[in-house]
Amino acid sequence: MNIIKNRYLYFLISLLVIIPGVIFMIINWVNVGTPLPLGIDFTGGSLLEVQFTGTRPTSEQIQSAFLKFAPNTDPVIQALDVDSYAIRSKTIDDATKGKIVAEFESLSGSPVNTLAFSSVSASIGAEVTRAAGFAILAAAVFILGYIWYAFRGVDHAFRYGTAAILAMLHDVFVVLGVEAILAYFLGWEADALFLTALLTVIGFSVHDTIVVFDRIRENSHVYRRVAYEPLVNHSIVQTLDRSLNTQLTVMFTLFALVLFGGESIRHFVLILLVGIFSGTYSSIFNASPILVVWENQEWKNWFRRPATAQ
Amino acid sequence: MNRRNTNWLILIIFLLALALWVDLSKELSLVNPFNDKAIFSRNVETRLGLDLRGGLQTLLEADLPANSSISSEELAVTRQILESRANALGVSEVVMQTAGERRIVAEFPGVSNPEEVVASLQQTGLLEFVDMGTTPVQAGTVIKTDFAQSDTTDGASTTPEATATADPNQPTPTTAPDQPTPTAEPTQQEQPVYHTVMTGADLKEAHVSTNQTGQPSVSFTLSSEGAQIFADYTTTHTNQYLGIVLDKTVIEAPIIKNPITDGQGVIEGGFTAQTANNLAIQLRYGSLPVPVKVVESRTVGATLGEESVRKSLMAGMIGLGVVILFMLLYYRLPGFIADLALIIYAVLSLALFKFIPVVLTLPGIAGFILSIGMAVDANILIFERLKEELRAGRNLRQAIDLGWSRAWPSIRDSNTSTLITCLILYVFGNTFGASIVKGFSITLALGVVVSLFTAIIVTRTFLHTLLDNLKLADHPRWFGL
Repeated sequence: MNIIKNRYLYFLISLLVIIPGVIFMIINWVNVGTPLPLGIDFTGGSLLEVQFTGTRPTSEQIQSAFLKFAPNTDPVIQALDVDSYAIRSKTIDDATKGKIVAEFESLSGSPVNTLAFSSVSASIGAEVTRAAGFAILAAAVFILGYIWYAFRGVDHAFRYGTAAILAMLHDVFVVLGVEAILAYFLGWEADALFLTALLTVIGFSVHDTIVVFDRIRENSHVYRRVAYEPLVNHSIVQTLDRSLNTQLTVMFTLFALVLFGGESIRHFVLILLVGIFSGTYSSIFNASPILVVWENQEWKNWFRRPATAQ
Repeated sequence: MNRRNTNWLILIIFLLALALWVDLSKELSLVNPFNDKAIFSRNVETRLGLDLRGGLQTLLEADLPANSSISSEELAVTRQILESRANALGVSEVVMQTAGERRIVAEFPGVSNPEEVVASLQQTGLLEFVDMGTTPVQAGTVIKTDFAQSDTTDGASTTPEATATADPNQPTPTTAPDQPTPTAEPTQQEQPVYHTVMTGADLKEAHVSTNQTGQPSVSFTLSSEGAQIFADYTTTHTNQYLGIVLDKTVIEAPIIKNPITDGQGVIEGGFTAQTANNLAIQLRYGSLPVPVKVVESRTVGATLGEESVRKSLMAGMIGLGVVILFMLLYYRLPGFIADLALIIYAVLSLALFKFIPVVLTLPGIAGFILSIGMAVDANILIFERLKEELRAGRNLRQAIDLGWSRAWPSIRDSNTSTLITCLILYVFGNTFGASIVKGFSITLALGVVVSLFTAIIVTRTFLHTLLDNLKLADHPRWFGL
């Protein structure tokens, strides 16, 4: 099996996955001002989910009842199932929410269950956003540092670190892209759990890459005379069984969560699933081929016209 | 069977027994058989997070300019006062923790009246000494005083604007929750308005003491200004009642026996050590040292929670089942041993969650289920190595040892990167009281650590034990070759 030989094909496949995601990020950016529509964890605001035990009022009724107690909060009402509503708005406090739910009860004439209510002030949201950026940066720095440390005895430790980071960025873009597409079509919002999934994917991506790199490190001691390209390819093939099997077991557990785990973490688990799949792909088809590209300094030939007879 | 392997086997069985004990009990206790005294006791009930059982979570932030410094002690005291208030509301199992330098996370499992709870948290904790004349008001009664209306400069440094806006709705269950600000005129006319002699701002110190009969009491010292006011007042009001009022609720109404001119006083009256201590705390810190505001509030209904528990448990079982089946089919005998290790892993992790205790949230459970997949990863790495060594013609015992020692660097390095991510997630979740993020990082990190133990030590020990007792070398098929 020669994976390294077709490296540019695999880079192309990655691009074909990433580019639509980037396009949708741009579309989202034009529509809502951020590449991913952000949830109230980041923007601040309130989300109220209510379930009616009796007749469900129309969304116009809901809107006017909401505005009666919380004027100028721009409520956006979304019907859920047959008996519930989700109402997004600017930040309202618990006392106001209590009045609104009481008003809903008098509207429908029967008890109303508050399924969930979240309210985040804008200042906290802004701070969480800053911290999120910082967390991603910290993850990248720490992991780069760790890879450099783990490979300190190997020639070109910096290359390994950079290749691992590039593979990680690949996974980050795949996840962001998929989220952007889902956000566009299903109205999903990035929340704190999305960030958690993203950071977990970052950790896993490097986890997978290290396993392959580790084999390259080991093999470079064993087969000193073998050229770099076949050495890398051999290492990938040797770890392929493990990569696929680990991938499968993680997929099994995550699929079980997606199918049976309930609505509230489906988004989170789905993002994990996409990210971990991408992590395995990138560690096999991107990270190690990048090492070869670097070793051969192939970029010198990228933009050179093929020699033609004059 | 070699000695080292036997030791490991004994340790594993011991740990497993210990873990099963934790898993199957709600409370751990060891009783000394000679005197029936408990040597050790710990509640190990599974703790479910708010997203699983329903309830209210709020994030409170110091309501002070961003550049003002708040000492960790001030914040801790604020937390303590808020917690005792919440307990006074009758909410059980309140969890309050400081988060970062200026925030407090408060969790109220299973509350049905979040509005009321939030309202009570935002009260500032105003301590007043009020003139009650000759008729004492019973402790626990909500009264009106003239302090809030007339005077906002006194004690304003510790209770900014709070005196004017403090929500008079009291944490008594009799108050209607939908009337947080009873401004109705009639009630105001019926209720007498008491005169506030001074506020907690004039209090310098308060601590628990014991009087001659050994009864706990509370001694307090006033600032020099406060001592003057108090001296004047007690001289002219001997044999009258002095109300000690916190957030407009009467705590005590002792009688003034003698004029108090030295700024020292003792409050007596039916205290236990506990109530005396509470009062001392309230007197000392009557006003919250740090005023707080609610910056985040999340309520989850109980129905949503129940459903989530059931579904995620089912998902966990199915995930575990499929992984077990896969390992068995693909890796045969080692797979079977890995499956045993996986079950031990689940038993140990659950015991740790219960013992530490880790509050289980939905993402936390996801983290745990995810770590099942990770737990197998170390085994897969080892077994693939083992197969390679067998194919290379080594004998079984050598192959096992080489498989483990050669797979170890990869396992160590790759798991370290996951642990680094967990650490970052934990710090992030902790700063913002995002217990779901925190929960995920804790369960994932614990899962990784426990899985290292089970995947490496447990499987190797079991495999060696089998190797010593069965002629495994005759059956390469058992290793999936």
